[in-house]
Amino acid sequence: MAAIDISSVGKIYNGGVRAVSDINLDIKDGEFIVLVGPSGCGKSTLLRMVAGLEAISEGTVKIGDRVVNEVEPADRDIAMVFQNYALYPHMTVRQNLEYGLKNRKTPREEIDARVNEAARMLEITQYLDRKPRALSGGQRQRVAMGRAIVRKPAAFLFDEPLSNLDAKLRVSMRGEIKRLQRRLGTTSIYVTHDQLEAMTLADRLVVLNGGQIEQVGSPLDVYHTPASTFVAGFIGSPAMNLVKAELQGDKLAIGPSLISLNGYAPTSGAVTVGLRAEDLRTTSASDGMPFTVEYVEELGSQRLAHGLVGDQALTIALSGEAEITDRMQLTIDPSKLHFFDAGTGKRLEARALAKAAPTLAEPVA
Amino acid sequence: MAYTTSQPQPGGFLSRLGFGAGARKKPAVAAEEMKRVQFTSPVLPYLFLFPQLAVIFIFFYWPSVQAVSSSFYLEDPFGFGSTFVGLSNYTDVLFSAEYQSIALFTAVFTVLVTFLSLSIGLLLAVKADRVIRGASTYKTLLIAVYAIAAPVSGLIGMMIFDQHVGPFVKMMSYFGWHMQVGLNYYDTAFAMTVVAVWKQIPYNFIFFLSGLQNVPVSVREAAMIDCRSGLRRFWTVVLPLLAPTAFFLLTINVTYALFDTFGIIDVMVKDKPANNPVTLVYKVYADGFRGNDIGGSSAQSVILMIVVFVLTIFQFRFMERRVHYN
Repeated sequence: MAAIDISSVGKIYNGGVRAVSDINLDIKDGEFIVLVGPSGCGKSTLLRMVAGLEAISEGTVKIGDRVVNEVEPADRDIAMVFQNYALYPHMTVRQNLEYGLKNRKTPREEIDARVNEAARMLEITQYLDRKPRALSGGQRQRVAMGRAIVRKPAAFLFDEPLSNLDAKLRVSMRGEIKRLQRRLGTTSIYVTHDQLEAMTLADRLVVLNGGQIEQVGSPLDVYHTPASTFVAGFIGSPAMNLVKAELQGDKLAIGPSLISLNGYAPTSGAVTVGLRAEDLRTTSASDGMPFTVEYVEELGSQRLAHGLVGDQALTIALSGEAEITDRMQLTIDPSKLHFFDAGTGKRLEARALAKAAPTLAEPVA
Repeated sequence: MAYTTSQPQPGGFLSRLGFGAGARKKPAVAAEEMKRVQFTSPVLPYLFLFPQLAVIFIFFYWPSVQAVSSSFYLEDPFGFGSTFVGLSNYTDVLFSAEYQSIALFTAVFTVLVTFLSLSIGLLLAVKADRVIRGASTYKTLLIAVYAIAAPVSGLIGMMIFDQHVGPFVKMMSYFGWHMQVGLNYYDTAFAMTVVAVWKQIPYNFIFFLSGLQNVPVSVREAAMIDCRSGLRRFWTVVLPLLAPTAFFLLTINVTYALFDTFGIIDVMVKDKPANNPVTLVYKVYADGFRGNDIGGSSAQSVILMIVVFVLTIFQFRFMERRVHYN
């Protein structure tokens, strides 16, 4: 177990393509870090640089007290779980689990003890003598995790380990990974493009975009105070509504309607406003935002109504029983509004909140 | 030619490896499905199979049967008659010192050619697989030899060892080795082996390279994290995954060394003074078609057939078990 210190790390591929730039991240011992972002954002590249499967072009990676830039992957004291499991197809499950230990000259009894313990923990004891091809996807992923566990490494690296599983299995394996990591207390870095997976697993989330960190924070921090329109649109389902609006003194003009802000206005002029679908309420009063419903998605516990305010698309989440008519009036608590710079997309702190929560949003690199 | 009589075996185990099996099975399956729908007469499917069966019978089984039957006769060199001699063709061959030494040379030659062409092909494939810049040029250059027609490449190989202009001979003369290919038994054997290996390397290279590229990248990466030594990773992860390819190539290479080196040997020893190394297949040809000893030649080819048959059974019984197919 060890802390991982990533400082000013960048990756430039042959031919000058820059995949990752200036990543700074202090990972505490035992912490579960999730790197999340759309495809091509550099999250896997970053993970593979920590693993040693990609050369580090700039900056340093420290595992424990040791700079590992030039250290072989096998000597970095890490274990990795791959998206397609990467089990050795010609070996039995037991041989798969043993392989890393044997190569490190671990004594026989120690190997047996660890393999049996890991197999019991993952409930794969009865499959130990099978070859991977005789296992289902979920079982294979357990074996892949077992292979990581038996090593007792300083850190686990997960590269989208659940992407190849079906939806139901994904949810249960997600819980299992979290439970195992809690129990073993091993520092973990987990890469995913699934924001729900990221939210549920992470101690801290790292949202990446275009090879740079957009925001680092606990899942709830990131959810409640997204640092940019990118994070706002990426984290949360349904995605946060982002609409163009104008601040006029203490009032906010969205299309034709005016919302009074009770002192929350951070600035004046054109802004991008973020409204969570679940924060929007319908009202019978006539001074709300006029909302034209285009279509409704039924989720059982929720109904999502998609429509227009003025000429801008908006989604609202209503309870399962709520009545939906073609035209509705919407209102929102001004404290639930998120303001972003219309040009840069960076968060503008509402005045009343600015003092209360300076620690929530980390400075953007 | 006499040595084609042993072709049923290669054809047989090729199909067991999946080569040609698909081609042969598919029509059978299709015929089965169609039988229910269309075939009114049970004779019709056999009629469709007839051309294929006829080819197999005329070119493989009939000559084999001919070889077996004529191996019991002593034939008049001019084709005027034959006398039944029982097993004496076999005993003559088996107890002849010349035959025994040729059999020994064939065994050594086959083992050497198979081992060297497989291992060099594998080595080149592993190295080519790691090349990133200019990879396709490098690979093309290695494969190009295979695109040259066999007799031409054989001739090119032979030129290297030519008594008068061969660069290898010249080079070796600086080291005090005066090669006399076609005169000295061992020099000829050396040149023969080198040319045979050289001709087969591109074939092995292509198969090994595609085999290597089928080893999943993530499996290799997992091995990099599990095992520090690259050589050990190769032996424990990459090579076992190459085993199906290697097994297929082993079978092919043994067949190559035994039979398909005929052309090389012919170019090298034809019209040369005696006591040059030849393989069993070449002797079958030389005795039968140059010496007009049809009976003895047939006996030899039957012996060869049995040897290949036993070898093939051995390979599949004892080697294939250890092969992991994906």
